[in-house]
Amino acid sequence: MSTFKAKVFVTLKPSILDPQGRTVERALSHLDHGNVGGVRVGKYIELTLSGSRAEVEAQLKDITESVLSNPVMEDARWEISEQQGEERVGA
Amino acid sequence: MKTAVIQFPGSNCDGDALHAAQLLLDQGAQFVWHTEAGLPQGTDLVFLPGGFSYGDHLRSGAIAARSPIMQAVKAHAERGGYVLGVCNGFQVLTESGLLPGALSRNRDLHFLCRPVHLRVENTGTAFTSAYTKGQVIEVPIAHGEGNYYADPETVARLEGEGQVVFRYVDNPNGSLNDIAGIVSERGNVLGMMPHPERAVEALLGSEDGRGLFDSLKGALVSR
Repeated sequence: MSTFKAKVFVTLKPSILDPQGRTVERALSHLDHGNVGGVRVGKYIELTLSGSRAEVEAQLKDITESVLSNPVMEDARWEISEQQGEERVGA
Repeated sequence: MKTAVIQFPGSNCDGDALHAAQLLLDQGAQFVWHTEAGLPQGTDLVFLPGGFSYGDHLRSGAIAARSPIMQAVKAHAERGGYVLGVCNGFQVLTESGLLPGALSRNRDLHFLCRPVHLRVENTGTAFTSAYTKGQVIEVPIAHGEGNYYADPETVARLEGEGQVVFRYVDNPNGSLNDIAGIVSERGNVLGMMPHPERAVEALLGSEDGRGLFDSLKGALVSR
């Protein structure tokens, strides 16, 4: 049994109006970054899961598609990596 | 008519919903907490009220749609029982798959709280028979995420089958085809962003929401 860290990225589908992204884009333009376009604002969700890689990947796909995102209006993708032992955090 | 008003953590129009049901649908209206496994015996109408269930975290209505009581609400709908979802209740209905589509952020990002005009598009449903086709009614809205979206095939199907029952006269939030309220294929589940339960007494500024409750009462009698 291993522990995995997953990162899920959820964004509105390209066909859906993203007013938040458009507002940020307009603000950047006002700040003299007129060369910036295509701003989309989304969500980033972190999870840790334990189990075998195959189990955890299947579970993550299910969670992502059935709860963390709404396939009617959002696209979602995820990344997963195995945790190597105890994570050491330095200050 | 026996009404069950479902309360989720963050529901804030549950009192309005109960009041309207008690006023217009006779006795038997009661609150049901979302962790309950079943609906009260003999429930005719499930009312999913407005509010901000679970603080709108993740997506509006997403977490409420997965709470225990929703299994019973789905079973009730499958039996042909009436379900009315208003505002956050509409979001819960789309998130739970009882109605198609999704509600996203309002076009201009503003929270909108004011009376709007709706056109009644279909009077052949249990929720709208007391109105006349094309009648314009005034009902308040109060939402930040009421921009109705569905893929083009779904919208075409809704339009073709007469499932769009209420349309905004002046679209406030960017909803596709000015959609304000839709019914399920069988016509027993209605979701709408505007609040008919807040327009049932002259004191509230409009009585135009009464027609919806009068329709339901009539539908139950004729069943």
